[in-house]
Amino acid sequence: MSSTKPRDDRRAAWWFLLPVLVGFAVFYGYPAARGLWYSVTDYTMLNTPSYVGAENYSKLVQDDKFWNALLVTGWYVVLNIGSQTLLALGIATLMHRLTRSVVLRATLLLPWLVPNVTIGLLWMWLLDTNLGFFNQLLHTVGWGPVGFFTDETWAMPTVAGINTWAYTGYTALLLYAGMLQIPQYLYEGASIDGAGEWRMFRRITLPLLRPVLALALVVSLIGSFQIFDTIAVTTKGGPVSATQVIYYFIYLQAFKYFHMGYAAAAAVFLALILGVLTAIQMRLLRASRSDLA
Amino acid sequence: MKGQTVTKKLNPGRFLAWAAMIVVILATVFPFWWMVRTALTPAADIYTDNLGLLPEHPTLINFLRVLGLTSEAENRAAGGSGAQLDFAAYLVNSIIYCGLIAALQTLFCAMAGYAFARLRFPGRDLVFAIVIAALMVPPIFTLLPNFVLVKDLGLMNTMAGMVAPTLLMTPFAVFFLRQFFLSLPRDVEEAAILDGNGPWGIFWRIALPMSRGPLITIGLTTIVWAWKDYLWPLLVGRDEDNRLVTVALGVFLQQSPNTQPDWTGLMAASTLSVLPVLLLLVFVGKRLVQSLNFTGSK
Repeated sequence: MSSTKPRDDRRAAWWFLLPVLVGFAVFYGYPAARGLWYSVTDYTMLNTPSYVGAENYSKLVQDDKFWNALLVTGWYVVLNIGSQTLLALGIATLMHRLTRSVVLRATLLLPWLVPNVTIGLLWMWLLDTNLGFFNQLLHTVGWGPVGFFTDETWAMPTVAGINTWAYTGYTALLLYAGMLQIPQYLYEGASIDGAGEWRMFRRITLPLLRPVLALALVVSLIGSFQIFDTIAVTTKGGPVSATQVIYYFIYLQAFKYFHMGYAAAAAVFLALILGVLTAIQMRLLRASRSDLA
Repeated sequence: MKGQTVTKKLNPGRFLAWAAMIVVILATVFPFWWMVRTALTPAADIYTDNLGLLPEHPTLINFLRVLGLTSEAENRAAGGSGAQLDFAAYLVNSIIYCGLIAALQTLFCAMAGYAFARLRFPGRDLVFAIVIAALMVPPIFTLLPNFVLVKDLGLMNTMAGMVAPTLLMTPFAVFFLRQFFLSLPRDVEEAAILDGNGPWGIFWRIALPMSRGPLITIGLTTIVWAWKDYLWPLLVGRDEDNRLVTVALGVFLQQSPNTQPDWTGLMAASTLSVLPVLLLLVFVGKRLVQSLNFTGSK
């Protein structure tokens, strides 16, 4: 296809690809097919799976717990993505207009580097009903105590807030990296024309950041739908099932009740949602390159 | 970056902006401060000494007991449940886990990325498309069958079983490194071919050394994600011998009484789980920060 003489690296190529192809076949391809198969069987990890048709799926759409899980996940995604994106956009803009400090950026990245389990524990302690710092603080002004994790109304906003705290810095840095690609002369020109910061944000930053913003949003959405660790540590799906998100629902079905087939069917649902989001992400990845380069 | 300048004039608006920035930094750092502060507080003080920024009677006992350096009696006296903890060993397990995955996955994905970018063989683009399609398969979907697979292979509670699914590849790393190899200038490689180098020679002597930046980016990102791993190691590596820090923290919380958790011990253990990534941030923070520009917008 090109001007150099045609080469065939067939033999070398398969050696280059061997580890990845084995990894792909054994831990992606095969389990994906097996997962689909489980979803139409009555597998419990102790029996030999036998085919039950669409039974798991029809049970699933009649299962209140499943609908609750979808609803609760949706509520979490709205709370988390909403607050995280707005805050990150604000922080990125502040940084972009104020400083290029690497130390500052590294500090903002810190919560992202820490395991979710640690973050869950940390906030469980900070928000503890009896001895936690925040309830002690509320106490000194005569309020509370608030059962951040034990109150049905508060539990989900609390979990969403914790993850917003953990991932806002990371998202802000992604947006900030996007802002650095915007040519500086646009701001200088606008400034000479007497435009204020707010005007510059609305007329320059926001429109030119759109591809990066869309990408960051989809990446956060994909992560948000898969929330598990924080809930597994702090609320375990409770109180009642106020924080029983879809991932936790699948986990319980599979590893607590051993309804492997049923759990696999629920995982197919989640995979469909995430598959659509990932397809959008891949499109945006391509789009953002052509837009800014 | 790129010679951009920031206006340095201080006016009321900029003053407010800096004030907001400082609030953000404080909100980021304070929870970590409180974690370390609690870890340095004697368990007995926790009911009375819980608002000040520094502990009234600082102590290292909590760190000693979660590292397994105290006797059972001392442990109980300091507020522990008496269960022997060994976070030193869990840290070592976590470091081995992350190191193994980051090193091998990066190497194997670089090899494949290079083959997809540069070598010519029938079916190349089709195979690449199939591998990349795995990006669409969410982890939860392969998690259940992989668990059954690892169980059937008799690898439960072994390091091999824990690292298996991510040791050889992730679709993203293959995708990312292929993109990079595509952007390498061809002339150096062509000169090397004329010098009689085969594909391996070019890969090892030319392509890999030229891709230090992206390789470090992928390696570091892999380390960070592996360090945070929880659900998979929880399912296949609960045993004391191979327990990772994250799993150990979860177990520690479970063993701690619900009504009166061992907060000072838990915070000491949490601090230990943050320490390695903090060191990473101190030594390669600049790289990590720059890696976001790479993986995020490129």
